[in-house]
Amino acid sequence: MARMKGATVVDTERCKGCNLCVVACPLDVLALTSKEVNRKGYNYAHEVLSDTCTGCASCATVCPDGCITVYRLKTD
Amino acid sequence: MADQEITLMKGNEAIAHAAIRCGCDGYFGYPITPQSEVLETLAEQKPWETTGMVVLQAESEVSSINMVYGGACTGKKVMTSSSSPGVSLMQEGISYMAGAELPALIVNVMRGGPGLGTIQPSQSDYFQACKGGGHGDYHLIVLAPASVQEMADFVDLAFTLAFRYRNPAMILADGAIGQMMEKVVLPPFKPRRTEEEIIKECPWATTGRIGGRKPNIITSLELRSEEMEVINLRIQAKYREIEAKEVRYEEFMLDDAEYAIVAFGSAARIAKKSIEIARSQGIKVGLLRPITLWPFPTKEVKSLASRVKGILSLEINAGQMVEDIRLAVEGAVPVLHFGRLGGIIPDPDEVVEVLKSSF
Amino acid sequence: MTREEIIEKGQLVYKKPTLLNDTPMHYCPGCSHGVVHKLVSEVIEEMGMTDKTIAISPVGCAVFAYKYIDVDWQEAAHGRAPALASATKRLWPDRLVFTYQGDGDLACIGTAETIHALNRAENITIIFINNAIYGMTGGQMAPTTLLGMKTATCPYGREVKLHGYPLKVTEIAATLDGTCYVTRQAVHTVAAINRAKKAIRKAFEYSMQGKGSNLVEIVSTCNSGWKMSPEKANKWMEENMFEFYHLGDLKDTGADK
Repeated sequence: MARMKGATVVDTERCKGCNLCVVACPLDVLALTSKEVNRKGYNYAHEVLSDTCTGCASCATVCPDGCITVYRLKTD
Repeated sequence: MADQEITLMKGNEAIAHAAIRCGCDGYFGYPITPQSEVLETLAEQKPWETTGMVVLQAESEVSSINMVYGGACTGKKVMTSSSSPGVSLMQEGISYMAGAELPALIVNVMRGGPGLGTIQPSQSDYFQACKGGGHGDYHLIVLAPASVQEMADFVDLAFTLAFRYRNPAMILADGAIGQMMEKVVLPPFKPRRTEEEIIKECPWATTGRIGGRKPNIITSLELRSEEMEVINLRIQAKYREIEAKEVRYEEFMLDDAEYAIVAFGSAARIAKKSIEIARSQGIKVGLLRPITLWPFPTKEVKSLASRVKGILSLEINAGQMVEDIRLAVEGAVPVLHFGRLGGIIPDPDEVVEVLKSSF
Repeated sequence: MTREEIIEKGQLVYKKPTLLNDTPMHYCPGCSHGVVHKLVSEVIEEMGMTDKTIAISPVGCAVFAYKYIDVDWQEAAHGRAPALASATKRLWPDRLVFTYQGDGDLACIGTAETIHALNRAENITIIFINNAIYGMTGGQMAPTTLLGMKTATCPYGREVKLHGYPLKVTEIAATLDGTCYVTRQAVHTVAAINRAKKAIRKAFEYSMQGKGSNLVEIVSTCNSGWKMSPEKANKWMEENMFEFYHLGDLKDTGADK
């Protein structure tokens, strides 16, 4: 059965670690870093469960800073 | 020639006709005595059907000046008119326009204050017009008409100066000039600039990013102190240039004068009659009439002080321009002030009496 | 299939609109302003109006909106944006003219300009961010602050006796003959964001079709001012703000005109 595979690219320097993308993701793909911070000092969003992403773009849609780019590919 | 036709009208009406004729794009105003005829005349003339000029009665002077601010941002020739209390309400918007370096015309047909004051003529907004008025270090270009003809002529001049220096200009008239009827030759018709001309002449204006140019932003805000100082210094340099190039004044019977009156607007008309009376009594007195109140004719007043024994500042207020005269004269000769308050226009005879008793 | 392969071969599903430039926005983490900036940018791009838009920014948190969305901007005095917009639209009738204002700017100091511009049927759109607080100045009471809500200037909670009632400007706007489209939206979920975007698009289209004035209120969060995490602020908004500020269209006469 064909299924959607997605991938997110987070502009980690632009990210302010608001966590809204993490909350919006229905599949827990994203999380904030626990230790690493960007140059502004924020923990930033990153993929932790890459394989489960379907590319629904919920994370990117709710991101107030437009940090997330989403790609999607149909697989067999 | 039709354009040279002499007509009889009020100063306020002349402002309205001159605005339509000089290619003004928009007028935004709010009724207040003694200048409501400006808006009334425009409404009656319906220029939106002829030249395409926008005329809008706003909900307040606060709104009308901010409509002018918005219109000026887009490079259009826009104006408002009001009288003293209304112009007080406009000060915030005027400061923003000075800060954002925008061309616009504000007409103040002054009435007596403070507060609601009176609807009778006054010149008591000299400080407000010439010293800033609102917050921050800024100046308006201030023109003081002394006749209905000058009310008509100064509209185009004010716009020309406003656009030359990207700075708001003010016509500072008073209730007498606004309300009096006099003969006037209205200026010839000039077409409004096309949108293409505006975009070309005002590359800074917020006209939309036509041709894909970079965004234009009109703001007076800059939180970085170093940048804000640079902006202020640039504006101050512009003011120095205006002071050097745009001083306008009229001299009347000063060649042999032993005493001088300095007066603007309505007061200058009184002064001329007073001079006629004084000279008939053997007192050699002349007049220097500043036409630009800012920039003030400082050099001319200073030079006057080297030729006369004393100067009388005749103003329809408690003594405002007299301070600028004293700064120019630097104590070289006595500088006195005479004025009437509360909406009373000085009588030429009482001015002569003041001249006699003072010098 | 690796992540890299999806990115390389896959379809681009979502990307920040190009009209929203790369300048980092000054808004606090999780602020609703950013989402609305994205929506406004997307709609302008999709309408092909980038070169014909003149926007007016307020005084308040969105004062620097002009730094982020690459159209022509005029930065208004506090509350006066609708006056600037009125003149601008009348002088340039074929331009898309909109204001972007917060609750302090629009519903308090600029109430007169807002009501009169709307009622004159100016062909403009007003985007109204209502987060029930003064964000920029540090969380003071706004005209839209809910009863009982604590702010820096009502630290024990807003009470009627001291502060009167919160103001529903959007309800007032819906009663005005000059308004065409009046709606209240939010941007806390994907579904809400999609609806808000459609509302902004509709308002902008009505503006360009000369159908009158349009008001799009976005009930928003101010997590800094509310002293909550962005996630908690969204929940608080759903539980408290929506009860008083009902979401949905209040008026849409666009089809009739």
